[in-house]
Amino acid sequence: MDPVASTVRLAVQEALHILSSSEDGGHIISTLRSLRRYLGETETQAPAEEQEEFSRTHFSTILRCLVGKLSPDWLDLLPDGQLEELWASFFLEGPADQAFLVLMESIEGAASPSFRLMKMAQLLARFLSAGRMAAVMEGQCGQQAGLASRLLQETLLTRVVGLPDRLGNRLQQETLAAFFPQNYFPLLGEEVLRVLQAVVDSLRGGLDCSISFLSQVLGKACVHGRQKEILGVLVPRLTVLTQGNCLWQRVCWRLVERVPDQAMEAVLKGLVEASPGPEVLSRLLGNLVTKSKKAQFVMTRKLLFLQYSCSTPMLQSLLGYLAMDSQRRPLLVQALKELLETWGSSSAIRHAPLEQQRYVSKALLICLVHLGEAELQASRDELLTSLMEGVKSRLDSSLPPVRRLGMIVAEVASARLHPEGPPLKFQYEEDDLTREMLALAAPRPAADSPLEAGPPVAPVGGEFPDQETVDGGGPQAGREGSDSELDSDDELVPYDMSGDGEQRSSKTPAYVRDCLEALTASEDWERWEAALQALEGLILKSPAATREVSLELAKVLLHLEEKTAVAGFEGLRQRALVAVTVTDAARVAEYLAAQFYALNYSLRQRMDILDVLALAAQELSRPGRLGRAAQRGPTGPSSQPSGATVPAWQAVVEERVRRKTRRFCKGSMGRAAAAGPNEFNVVAGYFFFPLLQRFDRPVVTFDLLGDDQLVLGRLAHTLGALMYLAVNTAVAVPMGKALLEFVWALRFHGDAYVRQGLLSAVSSVLLSVPAERLLADLPDELLEARSWLADVAEQDADEDCRLLAVKALLLLEKLRDRLLPLSSP
Amino acid sequence: MAAPAPDPQFILRGAGSAVRALHFCSGAQGRPLLLSGSLRGLVHIWNLETRRPLAALDGHGGQCVTWLHTLPRGPQLLSQGRDLQLCVWDLAEGRGAVVDAVRLESVGFCRASVLAEGPQRWTLAVPGRGSDEVQILELPSKTLVSCLKPEAGARLGMPMCLQLWQAESSPRPLLLAGYEDGSLALWDVSMRKVCSRAACHSEPVMGLALDPRRARGVSGSAEKALAVWSLEGQQALQVRGTHELTNPGIADLKIRPDSKILATAGWDHRVRVFQWRTMRPLAVLAFHSATVHCVAFDATGLLAAGSGDQRISVWSLYPPT
Repeated sequence: MDPVASTVRLAVQEALHILSSSEDGGHIISTLRSLRRYLGETETQAPAEEQEEFSRTHFSTILRCLVGKLSPDWLDLLPDGQLEELWASFFLEGPADQAFLVLMESIEGAASPSFRLMKMAQLLARFLSAGRMAAVMEGQCGQQAGLASRLLQETLLTRVVGLPDRLGNRLQQETLAAFFPQNYFPLLGEEVLRVLQAVVDSLRGGLDCSISFLSQVLGKACVHGRQKEILGVLVPRLTVLTQGNCLWQRVCWRLVERVPDQAMEAVLKGLVEASPGPEVLSRLLGNLVTKSKKAQFVMTRKLLFLQYSCSTPMLQSLLGYLAMDSQRRPLLVQALKELLETWGSSSAIRHAPLEQQRYVSKALLICLVHLGEAELQASRDELLTSLMEGVKSRLDSSLPPVRRLGMIVAEVASARLHPEGPPLKFQYEEDDLTREMLALAAPRPAADSPLEAGPPVAPVGGEFPDQETVDGGGPQAGREGSDSELDSDDELVPYDMSGDGEQRSSKTPAYVRDCLEALTASEDWERWEAALQALEGLILKSPAATREVSLELAKVLLHLEEKTAVAGFEGLRQRALVAVTVTDAARVAEYLAAQFYALNYSLRQRMDILDVLALAAQELSRPGRLGRAAQRGPTGPSSQPSGATVPAWQAVVEERVRRKTRRFCKGSMGRAAAAGPNEFNVVAGYFFFPLLQRFDRPVVTFDLLGDDQLVLGRLAHTLGALMYLAVNTAVAVPMGKALLEFVWALRFHGDAYVRQGLLSAVSSVLLSVPAERLLADLPDELLEARSWLADVAEQDADEDCRLLAVKALLLLEKLRDRLLPLSSP
Repeated sequence: MAAPAPDPQFILRGAGSAVRALHFCSGAQGRPLLLSGSLRGLVHIWNLETRRPLAALDGHGGQCVTWLHTLPRGPQLLSQGRDLQLCVWDLAEGRGAVVDAVRLESVGFCRASVLAEGPQRWTLAVPGRGSDEVQILELPSKTLVSCLKPEAGARLGMPMCLQLWQAESSPRPLLLAGYEDGSLALWDVSMRKVCSRAACHSEPVMGLALDPRRARGVSGSAEKALAVWSLEGQQALQVRGTHELTNPGIADLKIRPDSKILATAGWDHRVRVFQWRTMRPLAVLAFHSATVHCVAFDATGLLAAGSGDQRISVWSLYPPT
């Protein structure tokens, strides 16, 4: 038997005996003091081997015994809390891992709530604030890997990371602030840093260390979703420490490398999020992606393709990191290829949510910025193929945001992939997204970049641009100065000059027939323009004259081409067509609807027909239309000022009359909206049914169910609008029935825009057809529609579709609620 | 939001035909008067207090009156008509009689210009016999002082507008003339030579206005732009810049006596007002329904515009302080 071991055991057993039985405070305290010799903190230290034996075999026994004795009476054996202080010192100064485990064990084992539990929790808080957690983890860094120690590590790991949860469970409402996760994990981060510092120091001293325990702690904390707290402390400090310090960099790389695979994703995502830029990320990770399969998977696939939650700066850090080292660049090229492939896949376009498409597009643009000419040229053909495919299917899409994404990416990518060719240029409206995307595509400004030059300095005489150029550098400046002394007429405030337009010639036709003649036969373009501009006003002014030539006029307008660059041609033509349709609704609408399926029209014309029909229907169904129609001539900005002066004059007179007039009682001041029949009632059928007739019969130039799905989407939207406008008309019920059949036939259409149209059509059926008639005439259709709507609301890839379906379902619910009280009695 | 375009202060109707010339003067007891010349040859005298015509002078045989000016003596009125007469009227004490007439040689629309040389002596510039000549006459003696004819190869075309002018520093009168080819020429009248020439427009110069204080001026033509030019050292004509307009055609331009604002009479029926120093557009007065032929300012800042719609609109804009 080892003499050292037996001496220590004897001493410990005696102490245990005294502690468990004695009621004498002095006796206990002397016993405890004698035990403290083994902790090596007092002046009379025990020999080293005895200390080691004590801490290895007996320390936790003593601690458990101390925990067991803890009670108010016991602590009061000596005054002034001497005993408590001594008691606590065993936990705070002894070997940290055992102390920590005993603390956790006793807290979990204590009855709640109790004196002992609170004491132990406070002690644990002191333990944490004294920085003992670093000692716990540091103790694991020197350990050799054996089975026993691995078990111990496992236990420690769960306790260290799960501490806030465990304490929270035990203490419930009384938990201490130090154990809140938002406080604990930053502290843990600090402790990890201190351990890393110690590791670095010992490496400098030539000692071996293992930091895999730290990696595990980090990984587990991140898996628990505490990336922000722990990495928010770690990353900024590590950023500073790794700057120009190879040893720290290597320790840091190692730290991330040793993170267990299952935690790798959480750690990497947290790091990408927390690091301020690709440079920092590169310092922290090193060439991790080339060493670890898992890390590579996370960085090049998972964060790019399987998720789309990263913010744009995160994406920039991530891809920038891949671009920063020659070993990693092949991965970036690979990522670009795969991104383009995904971007170009037509099925992805159809099924991926818009948000993800945006994400992929952004990643694509960032990749392109980072890659050099040579790398792009190497795989140009492949990239171009997928790009072109993607651009084609995107431009085919009927959703404007998808089209716009296609245009932006195509512009940027083609400029990079094919710099020698003519630049691709699309027309799209600028908005926040396009600006953001284009900013991403702009290369990082270098010091000598022309972008840095700033806007050109505006000439001093701002209102007079030519002055600077013409001026030969004479004594101009001097005289300008004297001018401003001469008179300071800056206070002259300009009047409104918005009415100052181009003057029109006096060739404006005065009759509808003249317009018709000018539009068809005239070679005089001024007259042609004037006729087009005057047409709407003339039609509204003289409905009778219009009716005589309405069909002819509609035909001319439908075929009208923009021959001169007259401003707002489309709007003028459309308004004139709408006016004709409104004036002679039955005949013109029938004609237009028939032309919709006729052979020789462009898609543009067909869509114009739809727009005109919808607008005309809207105009016809507007209540109180009759009274106002005559006044609606366009008031040109031309020479008659009376239009502007009369109202002011009238207002003055009315104001005077009002002031001088005494009223004894006041009737309702506002004129009630004139009630009148819905004019759309009689003609709704002409608008609606011809459009439904032949959508499934393709002609040579027009295939609604095939390529021309954009028009189909417009058709669905228009039918929905017509249905909605036909509210309160007798024809609404057959219209609703026909429309539901139409929807039923097309409900699984692949294009999101078409589906949106169908869904809005369903909504307008629900809104327009009277509830009783719906239930009486269309019960089966309603049931079918309902199950379809429920499906769409849950499963459709397009967000707008889901939203529309939910709205339609809500309408159905409302309908049911309204019908139930009717049917229940 | 800028204030809506202003309305005229009042309108004078009854000219009976298109108003082609306007001139403010002060009548007896300092009453403000407005003189207007019409297409049918009448000169109307308007009282601006009662806003009624005081008299209509018929001295041009039904031919268009193109230019009106008053001389302080008398007062005397000069009226230029297309009947090839430049009449001198005596308006004192309500008279309205032609006291003298100068026979003109050119039938064009070019307006004359007059410059006071002494208390009882005036210099008059009128288009001359040859198509590109300008005659300088002395009033009241009606003697031909000189005849300014461009050198042979210049091909300037007819003079379209004239402005006599004498710089304070120099005793010699200068003449600014705008020509048919769009160029402006600065003549030294006594030396009978062109000091300087500048091509300001690509169309005939229709009107010009000069601000002697700044030695700068502006001209308008049949095209869509105003040209601003300066007289460097009173000798060299230099184009300072052009100012784009919405519609082509300027019939007349005037700078207010206090040099703050400039008004243009446009073929597009509109009067445009600019801040003269910066050429910043201030207002577009769209009242008339026909070409505006002439604008005039009086000393108090009142602006009058005469138009082909037979009306004269009177505006009070940016009152001088």
